[in-house]
Amino acid sequence: MIEGCFKILHSVSLSPGLALLDGRKLFSSPGSANFLSDLYHHLRAEYPKFFKMDVLCKTGFLAAEILLEAEKAERFVMRNDRAVLLCNASSSITTDRKFIEGIANIDDFYPQPSLFVYTLPNIVTGEIAIRNKFSGETSLYVIEKRDDGILSSLIERAFTDDETLSAVAGWVDASSDSEYEAELFLINKHL
Amino acid sequence: MMEVVKVSDNIISPLGFSVEENYEAVMSGKSALRLYEGLWGLPFPFVASMLDDSLLDDEFRKCADVSRLPYGNFTRFEKAALLSAIKALESASVDTESARALFILSTTKGNVELLGGGSPSLARVRLASTASMISRYFRNPNQPIVVSNACISGLCAQIEAMRCIRSGHYDCCVVTGADVLSPFIVSGFNCLKALSDEPCRPFSANRKGLNLGEAAATVVYSASGSDSRQWRIASGAVRNDANHISGPSRTGDGSFAALDYAVRHSGCLPSDLAFLNVHGTATPYNDEMESVAIGRAGLEDVPVNALKGYFGHTLGAAGVLEVLLSMHSVEQGVILPTRGFDTLGVSVNLNVSDQPVETCKKSFAKLLSGFGGCNAAAVFTKSGKS
Repeated sequence: MIEGCFKILHSVSLSPGLALLDGRKLFSSPGSANFLSDLYHHLRAEYPKFFKMDVLCKTGFLAAEILLEAEKAERFVMRNDRAVLLCNASSSITTDRKFIEGIANIDDFYPQPSLFVYTLPNIVTGEIAIRNKFSGETSLYVIEKRDDGILSSLIERAFTDDETLSAVAGWVDASSDSEYEAELFLINKHL
Repeated sequence: MMEVVKVSDNIISPLGFSVEENYEAVMSGKSALRLYEGLWGLPFPFVASMLDDSLLDDEFRKCADVSRLPYGNFTRFEKAALLSAIKALESASVDTESARALFILSTTKGNVELLGGGSPSLARVRLASTASMISRYFRNPNQPIVVSNACISGLCAQIEAMRCIRSGHYDCCVVTGADVLSPFIVSGFNCLKALSDEPCRPFSANRKGLNLGEAAATVVYSASGSDSRQWRIASGAVRNDANHISGPSRTGDGSFAALDYAVRHSGCLPSDLAFLNVHGTATPYNDEMESVAIGRAGLEDVPVNALKGYFGHTLGAAGVLEVLLSMHSVEQGVILPTRGFDTLGVSVNLNVSDQPVETCKKSFAKLLSGFGGCNAAAVFTKSGKS
């Protein structure tokens, strides 16, 4: 659990088959091979760009959707005071593997622009910012293994930017198309 | 407020293995950009700035303490990054073994080329494994942080270092930015049609795209009193365009917001800035966007320069390398020329520096933007103000 000089409004936890909001089950689909799509439809997000995203972005996007619906505030209004601060261990490894398959054989050389864009781990922060019109800070940090102390410190330090008053922050990691997890928090700077 | 001052630095690039060597090369008009045809069997030629393997290897063997190395066979990325940190720290009196010191690595793709092969070890593809290799070399007890915010990473990493020290979390941060080229990165940028087939022409009417480059650069920041003789990182911010994942905002929203914040919080007036060292990748969209952002920030009278014509776009290293050369040029009283610039080809009437120009000002601003819609700006100063 993260903690620091800030206030956690909501938390969401997402893993294959299960989505929790503030510790309570929001949606489950045990054993589903298409859990992220199932969850997208359950949330009625109506954002077709979702289907172009890679697994890391889908995971972060859906976790953020749940958090921001729970906020019950008007959505999609431009705000420059809300940051997106995410941390993981696997960077963009799932899409890196797919992109490199397209260039492994010089006789069948087919690098795909739509994949290459997702070989940057910070794209997930951009997807959340674009969807929600958050024009504040977006940052992606990679650490060896999850450490809530480090995460809490990164969030506290981001709030030293005096225009940053709120954040969607936390852990989002995808080491393969079937191994993904997110634990995101909606946070206000002031207690 | 706690001042955050630079105590040491290094640049490893094809133009030299120190900040001074790189500065001299740039001042004499050298560029490391070359045409590569058939390299790695790639089915297209490209122009890039690449480290010489044997020079890098010799320097690495000379400088690295074998007893501290975890394995014998290092990748080019690992060699460049560790060598840069070693060279920066050999002259710095900072206690890297202290829990009050933090290592921060800025990179976009690290050892991604290992995904294609399988040796030395797939575990080393993980960005944090390189960061840990560096921090363990210096016997630092903390889990290091990797900043991977696309092309703005190097500046983000320095902003993070500033925050770490100002918040009292750490007394010292060692920031290393590094990236090397591989078929992965080159074919990726090529398939996006972002590469120029000739040396890049930042801000010029006939600019065709960017060139990629390899480098590692390290800056060591430390807490200090108000010693005005040292470089301070005065302010910095990161902002998103909230517009598109792979194209900049046409109205320069994020770059404007970051630049505006950084200048307002720096204690400097626009007239105190010797220059704006910008991203200047020479893609049509980037340079136009930057000109709009600079105009919106009311900084169009400040001289502008960009260094991609010497080093290419060095990705995770760019923010560190370009800040260090800018600092050194201010110390020499010089605004560095923008190699490759000829006729202005952006909509705002920028004053792009194309010759070495004298300056007596002691501050400058740095601007970068990247995929994911991210933008970063910071102001650095050597003046006595606080």
